[in-house]
Amino acid sequence: MSEAESELVQSITTPLRLEYQYTAGVASTRFLRGMADGKILGQRCPQCEKVYVPPRGSCARCGVATDLEVQVPGTGTITTFCVVRIPSDSLDIDPPFVAAHILLDGADIPFFALIQECHFDEVRMGMRVEAVWVDAEDLGPTFESIRYFRPIDEPDAPFESYKEHL
Amino acid sequence: MAELCGVVGIGQTQHDAKRTDVSAPGLLREAATRALEDAQLTWSDIDAVVIGKAPDMFEGVMMPEIAMGDALGAAGKPILRVHTAGSVGGSTAVVAASLIQAGIHDRVLTVAYEKQSESNAMWALTIKIPFQQAIVAGAGGYFAPLIRAYMARSKAPEDTGIRVALKDRLNALKNPYAHLKIPGVDFDQVANSPMLWDPIRYLETCPSSDGACAMVLSSEKAAESAPTRPAWVWSTAMKSEPTMFSGRDQVNPQAGKDCAAELYKKAGITNPRKEIDAAEIYVPFSWFEPMWMENLGFAEEGLGWEMTYEGATALDGDLPVNCSGGVLSSNPIGASGMLRFAEAAMQVRGQAGEHQVEGARKALGHAYGGGSQFFAMWIVGSEKP
Ligand SMILES: [Zn+2]
Repeated sequence: MSEAESELVQSITTPLRLEYQYTAGVASTRFLRGMADGKILGQRCPQCEKVYVPPRGSCARCGVATDLEVQVPGTGTITTFCVVRIPSDSLDIDPPFVAAHILLDGADIPFFALIQECHFDEVRMGMRVEAVWVDAEDLGPTFESIRYFRPIDEPDAPFESYKEHL
Repeated sequence: MAELCGVVGIGQTQHDAKRTDVSAPGLLREAATRALEDAQLTWSDIDAVVIGKAPDMFEGVMMPEIAMGDALGAAGKPILRVHTAGSVGGSTAVVAASLIQAGIHDRVLTVAYEKQSESNAMWALTIKIPFQQAIVAGAGGYFAPLIRAYMARSKAPEDTGIRVALKDRLNALKNPYAHLKIPGVDFDQVANSPMLWDPIRYLETCPSSDGACAMVLSSEKAAESAPTRPAWVWSTAMKSEPTMFSGRDQVNPQAGKDCAAELYKKAGITNPRKEIDAAEIYVPFSWFEPMWMENLGFAEEGLGWEMTYEGATALDGDLPVNCSGGVLSSNPIGASGMLRFAEAAMQVRGQAGEHQVEGARKALGHAYGGGSQFFAMWIVGSEKP
């Protein structure tokens, strides 16, 4: 054998493609339909009365179904965040950008969302923000109906008011 | 009354960014063969194989254990795969130990691995799901906001994470198997490394590694013929909690606290800081050292950073943490938890070489995974329980 023949094949590329059909279920369907109407719909736990946005149909804290629907506004508080500075093939947005935990007013659990319309150095815990929606004709049953959140001209929320929801 | 379980053989691979010199089964065999050699046993002495690795998406190969049983000498024997995300290396060892403790087998080979170079874990962790905006960039993107939350809650000095990273990177220089070694690394080099997921810097982050770890676990009777003093399993514990519920404390998760409490109770430990001589903790981002010190009850809530600051977690401190260099220095994800368990066992067997804690008699191995929702731990000792 020549040297080239005895060398190990060290790497070959075999791309995989994954496509999913997602069955939303009852709670996510309500939420996604709300998104298509420009509304943010959550569900209240009948036991601990906490409001879940987006709703998952149950409260994992109490182990009970959540079936009481609540609409919450598009305003909320950044409870914590990071500034993403490295690129990722699977994201549509270029770094640097701010990925924040946002606790909507009237909700009792934060979710991840993008912050725009301000420099990333100005983002802080407690900052007040609002949802920026896509144009009405582009609304659909997807979280992408909300483009991002942007700061609003309100004093920061005190740490005590959101410390349970970091 | 459960049977005693002892660790009689330990092996790990040379961890590196790309182990293109071996296939995935070859990587596992490198660790397994070393564990068998350490135990002076052969494949035929093994009764069962328990394997663990992180999610299949990380390498793009579904159920690789199906094809690997043969390479692991499991033909004609039971083989079982454990899966608990990043904590899997730990929970795999716990499941393997339970097969001995239940009296089902006398000798179990447990192995865990990841060959991160064969795919893209960052991609696998950056998935689009229909009810969330696609902005969580890998594990760092998920955990960085929790670190910021810890910093705000504890008011820890801003350089705590830099100090942890520097300690672990210096420890790695004493570990012949560590992947990331930076000779001459100093505080400024860590501090000046770029922010990846602010507040997490590049040098405060674990690398992507290819690597494997293996242990031979043995019953008390079968351990009588062991050539080297076994590490005896004093206790094991596993706990989980849901990813999302209102008021969930992801900085100091209840499942972690409960897991530690059960672990200490089973081992008869009332003062962990005093009674444990060394700990190998799953710290993929430096700030998780102080966070887990609190979660594990080594420090009061909000004060874990003091241990780092006072040097308590250094190799010569009163509770040395991650003397091997930890996950910050080698991160073959599926194996990272088992490496913590194995390094703890190496400490009480006096096998840790340059990063040995002198006279270590009891050591803790810890792993966590998912969104800080799966925990696996064990305590091993130089003496029988
Ligand atoms: Zn509830």
